[in-house]
Amino acid sequence: MTESTITETVQTIIAELKNKQGALLPILHGVQDALGYIPADSVPAIAEALNLSRAEVHGVISFYHYFRDTPPGKHTVHLCRAESCQSMGSNALEDHVKAKLGIDYHETTADGQFSLEPVYCLGNCACSPAMQIGSDIYGRVSVAAFDDIINDLGA
Amino acid sequence: MSITVYISGDSSAISIGADRTAAAIANEAAQRGVAINLVRNGSRGMYWLEPLVEVVVNNERVAYGAVNPSDVASLFDADFLNGKAHALLLGATEEIPYFKKQQRLTFARVGITDPISLDDYIAHDGYRGLKNAIGMSQADVVKHVTDSGLRGRGGAAFPTGIKWNTVLNTPSEQKYIICNADEGDSGTFSDRMIMEGDPFVLIEGMTIAGLAVGANQGFIYLRVEYPHAHKALNAAIAKAYEAGYLGDNIQGSGKKFDLEVRLGAGAYVCGEETSLMESLEGKRGLVRFKPPLPAISGLFGQPTVVNNVISLASVPVILDKGGEYYRDFGMGRSRGTLPLQLAGNLKHTGLVEIAFGMTLRELLYDFGGGSATGRPIKAVQVGGPLGAFVPESQFDTPLDYEAFAANWTVLGHGGVVAFDDTMNMAEMARYAMEFCAIESCGKCTPCRIGSTRGIEVMDDIINNVDREKNVVLLRSLCDTLLNGSLCALGGMTPYPVLSALNHFPEDFGLTSHTNAA
Repeated sequence: MTESTITETVQTIIAELKNKQGALLPILHGVQDALGYIPADSVPAIAEALNLSRAEVHGVISFYHYFRDTPPGKHTVHLCRAESCQSMGSNALEDHVKAKLGIDYHETTADGQFSLEPVYCLGNCACSPAMQIGSDIYGRVSVAAFDDIINDLGA
Repeated sequence: MSITVYISGDSSAISIGADRTAAAIANEAAQRGVAINLVRNGSRGMYWLEPLVEVVVNNERVAYGAVNPSDVASLFDADFLNGKAHALLLGATEEIPYFKKQQRLTFARVGITDPISLDDYIAHDGYRGLKNAIGMSQADVVKHVTDSGLRGRGGAAFPTGIKWNTVLNTPSEQKYIICNADEGDSGTFSDRMIMEGDPFVLIEGMTIAGLAVGANQGFIYLRVEYPHAHKALNAAIAKAYEAGYLGDNIQGSGKKFDLEVRLGAGAYVCGEETSLMESLEGKRGLVRFKPPLPAISGLFGQPTVVNNVISLASVPVILDKGGEYYRDFGMGRSRGTLPLQLAGNLKHTGLVEIAFGMTLRELLYDFGGGSATGRPIKAVQVGGPLGAFVPESQFDTPLDYEAFAANWTVLGHGGVVAFDDTMNMAEMARYAMEFCAIESCGKCTPCRIGSTRGIEVMDDIINNVDREKNVVLLRSLCDTLLNGSLCALGGMTPYPVLSALNHFPEDFGLTSHTNAA
């Protein structure tokens, strides 16, 4: 996406949502849904539209774990670290995932295919351990099942 | 006539293959030239049997499970569409003991109806509560909720009727209803199941709340980790608007109520009500001081009801059948039913809605079937990541808010996570501190800094660096967190930490003697 289309996309989202009550989170979601992240360049435009300082907008982006200011890999693996998943072996799965992808949390593989993020509960605790890729949720994820899923996605 | 086949569209069921099973059944039926009507219902909550396939035989649901795509051809061969015998046949769904022993009030329709069919909702007693509420005075609606004894199901267990009454009696041009759907507590998923499996019941409950207190705008603050629930809620809200159950003139009453879903962004602390309101206002989710109470000065400074999903979803049955009906379930000051969530290392994980009063042991063994690994259950964490670890010696505690509080444990949102004897509880205590450090909003110093110090102290204890001195330090730190935090994140992180230390000192490298505090 070129710089001018990014600017255009951000402006369209701002125009559509800025009159909502408490519009900042809906706008940030809109931008991240469209672009995969919230480019630093979009902060001044969002701030101006909502009559906020750039610092305030940046402060909100950095507060929430879900918002990111760098482009993610093609697929983002959200791996659950919470207690229920730990009770069913997620610590070993976590080690395997990091080794298999060759990255730690908050990193993206060199080929840009996968990003890895921790998540604290997907509400899939009856089928632990769990992970989410895009809007797909996976339950009872074994090491072998993880490899199959990743291979299908083109690792 | 085509036969109706039900396969859950619940995200947990999908996570273990329900979509693949549904596709395989649709395919096989098409190939064999059999007409079927495939409905994606909510989950019955018996996840070890998912993907569960149900067919209607003589007006009764018959279940097969767990059905994988490789089982589908043989099911057709065995004539499962007419409920015939097969290795996976479970019999009538509602006769399965796990299901039959429950008392489903809030979850009455989940797993039975098509979640986003308004006709189905109404055919199964939906919107009867709203109809009654429209014919009553506002004070009478609040009185039914007060009389029901309903207490906040999000975990704090504050009486819902008292909250509503405060908002009703605070004059203002603008009031709000907020549904706290930021179900961040690990080991809990009942909110998700309601939102995916029966979204109209939440919409109805919020509409009743709006009429009762005089609020015309509602927000569902939904965690971003629930994309399926987001989709179901938006679909149901659109249908409710079309049919006049939301909007400017609800069912001809002249009353207005608008409803919108807003997404969170992965901050656990936004499940705390004041932090949630900051987030809805478009700010960092910093916890607010109380007072003022949200009921007096909440969202945008206006009187606001903030209730959990299950609390609001329990309102329609209360207004349909009366406060007394609901109150007749339960024990002591814990009235009605609690949807419990069995999670982690259990054989039969899932949802159990039952009146308060059963013991934790019955829940873990009669329903949960013991551990999934077959090893002894060492501890269970009840009430999410800020809940205490409960040792086997306390398994006979009845599921009741006061009985749990008496043991320095919490019932919370009813999530139960079981751990077998391979788990090291010192590691779990360290994790609790780590979770607090990651999720702290930063407002209170004990939580912001104490949690990081807590990780370091736990590392020293685990690595046997000045172990006994550090245990004293850990207790002192927990005392500071308990007494010096505005909200439950800092204030309750000591629950898992100290319960692990007190009940499992050997995991901290201590004998019970050296641990005497």
